[in-house]
Amino acid sequence: MNIHEYQGKQLFRDAGLSVQDGMHCTSVEQALAAYDALGGDVVAVKSQIHAGGRGKGSLYDTDNGDLVMEGGVKIAFSREDVENYARNILGNILVTKQTGVDGKIVNNLYVEGGCKIAHEYYLAILIDREEKMPLIMASCEGGMDIEEVAEKTPEAIFRIHVDPSDGLLLEQAEGLANSLGLSGAATDSFVENITGLFNFFVSNDCAMVEINPMVRTEDNRIVLLDAKVGFDDNALFRHPEIVKLRDISEEEPTEVRAKAAGLSYVKLDGNIGCLVNGAGLAMATMDVIKLYGGEPANFLDVGGGANEEQVTTAFGIIMEDPNVKGILVNIFGGIMRCDIIARGVIAATQALSLEDPLVVRLVGTNFEEGRRILAESGLNIHTAETLAEGAQKIVELVGGEQ
Amino acid sequence: MGIWIGEDAKVLVQGITGNQGTFHATKMVEYGTDIVGGVTPRKGGQTVDLGSIQAPVWDTMVEAIEATDADASVIYVPPRFAGAAIIEAADAFTQVRGNGVIVCITEGVPTLDMVKAVDHVSSIDGIRLIGPNCPGIITPGENGGSKIGIMPGHIHAKGRIGVISKSGTLTYEAVAQTMSIDEGQSTCIGIGGDPVNGTGFIDCLSAFEDDEQTVAVVMIGEIGGTAEEEAAAWVAENMSKPVVGFVAGMTAPPGKRMGHAGAIISGGKGTAAEKVAAMEAAGIRCANDPSEIGAVLLESLKAAGLR
Repeated sequence: MNIHEYQGKQLFRDAGLSVQDGMHCTSVEQALAAYDALGGDVVAVKSQIHAGGRGKGSLYDTDNGDLVMEGGVKIAFSREDVENYARNILGNILVTKQTGVDGKIVNNLYVEGGCKIAHEYYLAILIDREEKMPLIMASCEGGMDIEEVAEKTPEAIFRIHVDPSDGLLLEQAEGLANSLGLSGAATDSFVENITGLFNFFVSNDCAMVEINPMVRTEDNRIVLLDAKVGFDDNALFRHPEIVKLRDISEEEPTEVRAKAAGLSYVKLDGNIGCLVNGAGLAMATMDVIKLYGGEPANFLDVGGGANEEQVTTAFGIIMEDPNVKGILVNIFGGIMRCDIIARGVIAATQALSLEDPLVVRLVGTNFEEGRRILAESGLNIHTAETLAEGAQKIVELVGGEQ
Repeated sequence: MGIWIGEDAKVLVQGITGNQGTFHATKMVEYGTDIVGGVTPRKGGQTVDLGSIQAPVWDTMVEAIEATDADASVIYVPPRFAGAAIIEAADAFTQVRGNGVIVCITEGVPTLDMVKAVDHVSSIDGIRLIGPNCPGIITPGENGGSKIGIMPGHIHAKGRIGVISKSGTLTYEAVAQTMSIDEGQSTCIGIGGDPVNGTGFIDCLSAFEDDEQTVAVVMIGEIGGTAEEEAAAWVAENMSKPVVGFVAGMTAPPGKRMGHAGAIISGGKGTAAEKVAAMEAAGIRCANDPSEIGAVLLESLKAAGLR
């Protein structure tokens, strides 16, 4: 689960980390009040969406699609600037390289006090899957696209693995400060912040914390000027206060509903819907559709123990996508019996009056019974014995209707 | 033979009194697994009806291993307790008999709990953790065998192909593909699709290389992380037996989690194309389509003079 920068900053503030004063706003009036409250000097006016790349994004008018402003994060030097930027951002669509072409409507602003920046750094904490422990990454090339830095100058990124039984050691924190070229008061400030941030990461079950940029001010303090915070979904049960920060408008509505029904769904751009049990097999099904010249419309894993109701819900979700022109069901019955799936497929196609072509491949437990039930249903359901055959059939059927 | 789990391994079920625990324990008994009992805190002294046997329940793993000399345990406890269950099992096996295999089926374990559990397990010699979020491990026998997990037992047969996979149903697909060319399996292992897990591809490949029963290996990967690339490099250096593969997620979009917690292309890393390229470069022949795994395996067996 991801949260907005303004929420992350508040959590940082509560954890005693060094952040600038700032205020969350949802209107131009609030933004102006925030400017006044922050002392009426230089402020940053920052679009709040979950996707990254906001600074280099573009804002478009929600009604007519006209370009309104370049840059979703602006430095305002006056009250007029704040009013202008807030007006250009709120309610408009921000397109960044992470949002996709449709972009995201910006409903939230963060107005943050400025600071005198001497240098920008990059700082992140994540879990290193290969080493199976937390990893701190830092670089002197702050404010930049870190993936670009990683590709062009990998030696410019410093990495520290933190042994979970020891925690972050003082010498590691000081060593990292040294690598970043910090000294004196800046080192002390950095050590305090990285130690606090690491504790924050662990105690809140974060999946990732990225600060880009972290800055050193002219008076040698370290300030976390950004806060991209993601939490481990599996651990949210022990953080009810964090669950409250969820902004569901930032998530794909169909994916949210699928999740509530115990399904895992990701919308794609093609026209062949897929309904599969198991994540790996669901990905493989998409791949094979593509291999035979079709385009998958979605990833959908009904899980290992799906019942008739879940199968019906899954069909409903697939068919909501107007691009879908046909559906491939691919079930390897293990614990799940194929006869039950077959009955679920029939119930769902009848309940939803499915007219698009449907290819069903059932293998595994009770597959003969499942295929017999489908064959005797009198419905226009094509069956297949292998995934390749199923994919070829649905691609032909969908192609034939275009 | 097979790896890590013999056909007659004695197995305990952690969480045996829960719905999932009882259901799958019954299925394991039906397959022929020697389930010697289970553990649920505060339910010691009860028995659980597993169809043909009544399984005794203990409060703790130490008591259960002392009473049964179990070789392995399989975990079906809810996600929030899974990390602690792994650590309890590891300590109990170490204390009572010095070794043991722990198979964690549970899906949805917090990542930092797994970081702690894996750190703990890897600090002890003789303890092997498989999973979490995996179908388990199975060593088919002539009659029955040892199935420790949730896979459908009846699709397997004893044979000479090792199978390793990050995914559940895709593993079954791979097993069915070996059967389609009249080959059975030595051992099949689902290593799980979580970002942090116990046993990895290289552990399995290394054990299969040393296993007399195994002549070739099918390795099924998926997007996310770099485990497949590392395994490929290991194969190029160390493996004499043929390995064939498949990687799921060629069409997966970047930045989107595809069901499994670990199946995500992030920062441009972890793509299926990179993994297949690394595997092919290491001499691992990859199928484009899971329905072709059997054919690719057959060709590799023929090339190695095994068919």
